[in-house]
Amino acid sequence: MSELTLTVMRLGFLAVLWLFVIVAVQVIRSDLFGTRVTQRGSRRENARPQQAARQQATPPPQRQQSSSGGRQRRGAPTKLVVSEGTLTGTTVALQGQTITLGRAHDSTIVLDDDYASSRHARIYPDRDGQWIVEDLGSTNGTYLDRNRLTTPTPIPLGAPIRIGKTVIELRK
Amino acid sequence: MSSTSNTSTHHTSTIGAIGAPSRRNTELALLVFAVVIPVFAYANVGLAINDQVPSGLLGYGLGLGLLAAVGHIVVRKFAPYADPLMLPLATLLNGIGLVAIWRLDQSERLQARDTFVEAAPRQLMYSAMGLALFVAVLIFLKDHRVLQRYTYISMALSLFLLLLPLVPGLGANIYGAKIWISIPGIGTIQPGEFAKIVIAVFFAGYLMVKRDALALASRRFMGLYLPRGRDLGPIIVVWAMSILILVFETDLGTSLLFFGMFVVMLYVATERTSWIVFGLLMSAAGAVGVASFEPHVQQRVQAWLDPMGEYLKSKEGLIGHSEQSAEALWAFGSGGVLGTGLGQGNSDLIGFAANSDFILATFGEELGLAGVMAILLIYGLIVERGVRTALAARDPFGKLLAVGLSGAFALQVFVVAGGVMGLIPLTGMTLPFVAYGGSSVIANWALVGILLRISDTARRPAPSPAPNPDAEMTQVVRP
Repeated sequence: MSELTLTVMRLGFLAVLWLFVIVAVQVIRSDLFGTRVTQRGSRRENARPQQAARQQATPPPQRQQSSSGGRQRRGAPTKLVVSEGTLTGTTVALQGQTITLGRAHDSTIVLDDDYASSRHARIYPDRDGQWIVEDLGSTNGTYLDRNRLTTPTPIPLGAPIRIGKTVIELRK
Repeated sequence: MSSTSNTSTHHTSTIGAIGAPSRRNTELALLVFAVVIPVFAYANVGLAINDQVPSGLLGYGLGLGLLAAVGHIVVRKFAPYADPLMLPLATLLNGIGLVAIWRLDQSERLQARDTFVEAAPRQLMYSAMGLALFVAVLIFLKDHRVLQRYTYISMALSLFLLLLPLVPGLGANIYGAKIWISIPGIGTIQPGEFAKIVIAVFFAGYLMVKRDALALASRRFMGLYLPRGRDLGPIIVVWAMSILILVFETDLGTSLLFFGMFVVMLYVATERTSWIVFGLLMSAAGAVGVASFEPHVQQRVQAWLDPMGEYLKSKEGLIGHSEQSAEALWAFGSGGVLGTGLGQGNSDLIGFAANSDFILATFGEELGLAGVMAILLIYGLIVERGVRTALAARDPFGKLLAVGLSGAFALQVFVVAGGVMGLIPLTGMTLPFVAYGGSSVIANWALVGILLRISDTARRPAPSPAPNPDAEMTQVVRP
């Protein structure tokens, strides 16, 4: 085998090996650089004033009605974000599924928290697509803003839901 | 609901990437790539050595392709949302490892040794067994959280596996390290490789329960959080255990691996930097202490500090001196930046263990710095995917287990690559997936299987909507 062929194969093999590495890095690029960590702050600030304005403008019941009608798609939350507690930063995309929270291992979000019950609360969409939080008879309660929940309650965008040391909220 | 998911695709890929597509087709494309590269390398070796495409090309190519295909189909069926990269990366490493082992089989110098056996066909068989275990893990382990039930059983099992080589009549002392057990009819097994996985399960289960006590009940002293004495217990026990392994089995690598893995998991569980400081101090104290009276370890340290001197002493015929460290460094040196080309190096001069502990030297010589960097990057990517899996996992046990397994994998690569390159004293460990050795390949395939299971659970979209009682009570027809 000629020297030239072998040199070409040697360099070719290195090139192919590196090509594989680069392709692999491309596959995970979205994971590495696509995290929302930088944008999360700005989006939150954008969302807050709108929401505050909306809350001032109309009392809560009407707001749900109107949001289920005209503005529903723009105002609908798309993800649930854990903003405090051991799982801070975890997100779950909201796609019409029921999200269960608690210490039980089969919960959607497993809370590692002495103040949480095994099956603490669930979050689900009602027929209009409005997201509802319901306390499942927990010992220490589920709080929406400052109020302990007694009945299934619609969740305003960005309102903190507190379970023990964990705080979650819905975001666009 | 469909429009909701449409809008969410614009800004998903937050931590967790829940709701991401399964990406199985990406995996398939990468797998094809990962099989083609070793086939290319195989042809390259044959052309360089014998001027012809080797006759076994079809066999090895089909064998590796078949393994990859089986792995892919099982992942598609049983873990459809698992990470798309880990299987191709592991397949590629396994494939180029096979090529390097086959290349060393062709060496006349090695064939002249009286202990010579054709290693490549065996390694292909071990790879198949490893993949079978990988498949079994994915099929039978439906949910990694099941492992949490076996926390203390795992502890007992890992201790049992670690102590097996010390059982008289069962343990085999091969070249100064008592880490093998020999089973008549099957051959030798290295139980430590499997203990690595089992003990990660124990650490994850234990730390999940105890981490609050370890993290919060501590006193502040000189900027460090000092844990209470009773919380310090487990780390002392693990430290003592790894020192005992070192003393009785003279296995520096496994001891470093276990202790390092425990410190990594402690740090991840408690977020206390003081554990890392303690860990480094304790492992340094342990290593220095053992090295001062254990002759086998002393030899390794001596070969690390003065490889050329040891080489000369070994050539003079003095017992207890190793020429391999120096030879591995020469292999890296003669490889240079771009290497000599596959099949054209002289790394077979290393002789004994050229295709197991020192296989990285073959890559260093024949692929050069560029090739070794690519291989180390591929290891780095596997570890990165493991840590990513831990970030995405929604349960603390899964998080800790994924961190522990990828940490163990990373430590093993560091210990063996650092040893061969002369960064740390050499220890008898195998480069995962690449080096010749049945236990190592099989155990690492199982490790990747567990990581894929965790990542499947973590990336899987939450279950389909539960029937909503409110929705069924009234039916309203909307215009």
